[in-house]
Amino acid sequence: MSQQLQSDSEMAKSPALRDLFIQFLIIGAVSFGGGIIAYERILLVEKRKWLNADEFMAYLAISQTMPGLNSVNMAVLSGDHLRGALGAIIATLGLIFPGGLFVLGIGVIYASAADHPSVNLILGGIAAAATGLLAAITYKIGDSHWRHVKSLGIIVCTFALMSILKLSLPYVILIMAPISIYLYRPGKQV
Amino acid sequence: MSLLIHLALTFALLSVLAVGGGTAVLPEMQIILAHQFDIDHTQFVHIYSIGQLAPGPNMLMVLAIGYQIAGLIGAGVVLLSFFLPSSVLCFYVGRIWNRFGESPWRRSIQNALEPISIGLMSSGVFAVAKASVVSGITLMLALVTLYLILRTKINPVLIILGSGGLGALLMAYLK
Repeated sequence: MSQQLQSDSEMAKSPALRDLFIQFLIIGAVSFGGGIIAYERILLVEKRKWLNADEFMAYLAISQTMPGLNSVNMAVLSGDHLRGALGAIIATLGLIFPGGLFVLGIGVIYASAADHPSVNLILGGIAAAATGLLAAITYKIGDSHWRHVKSLGIIVCTFALMSILKLSLPYVILIMAPISIYLYRPGKQV
Repeated sequence: MSLLIHLALTFALLSVLAVGGGTAVLPEMQIILAHQFDIDHTQFVHIYSIGQLAPGPNMLMVLAIGYQIAGLIGAGVVLLSFFLPSSVLCFYVGRIWNRFGESPWRRSIQNALEPISIGLMSSGVFAVAKASVVSGITLMLALVTLYLILRTKINPVLIILGSGGLGALLMAYLK
């Protein structure tokens, strides 16, 4: 019996590439309005049990530390964990395929219809809402950082270098990253 | 051809600089696209905004930008150059991680990058707002959206669509 369970969990840890692709494709197709990491967690930890909660948190931490989109990094890491390099590629392609097609369709329409006056009126309202959305996401992701003096100082300095002094992004990161890493070096209180 | 190479290098650089997610590179992307690729701020904000209606990772709208600049090939070039470098980097770091395990430095670096990424996102809000909040009506729509996202569980896609419809009505009749 326990051997049976053992082999079941081994099976679950090595899904078919097609299954991996389809599962990430579904996430890529239904995640309207964001929150993809939550969908990925439901798939990986709850629905298929491909990762345990600790593994998921470890991969999430790497996803957040490394550059690139967190949800895409998560697909890369969990795909690699399950099926190696090919799994990483398959999971990532599944995740970005539906939205990529959608956006490309929008791009084609936009390229031909952007000058139409009523389209511009609608886009005005959509852009205003997207700004509100980005502000809300920034506020939520900032979470406790807005209340800590050290974090807030780094946020304000980064904003000032980027938006007021208008330095280019590589310089902003070259200046701020060493300062911030020094301030948050191991052994320092957060 | 040189346009495509330029496009690829631009988005590859943005890819590896995207600390804390794609939105951190929005302001830089907006500036580069305006100066070097003739995508003005309004076009950029329009494409960014409709991109928020799409499912999947929120920065897939870069495909529409690539399409605007160089057609389908442009979209393909941007897709590869924006998603491949950071993904390859993450892939190898993920493997090294499994070998060396947790280090106190990883937590430190993540803690250190978080506020930088939030600062860059704030710059992104500022950059997008400058091009989209251009009247009393658009200011109101942006603030109502901010409120609804923070206080309710309504799907952002519905709010954005509603704002597009309401905005068009208000701007058409109040003008």
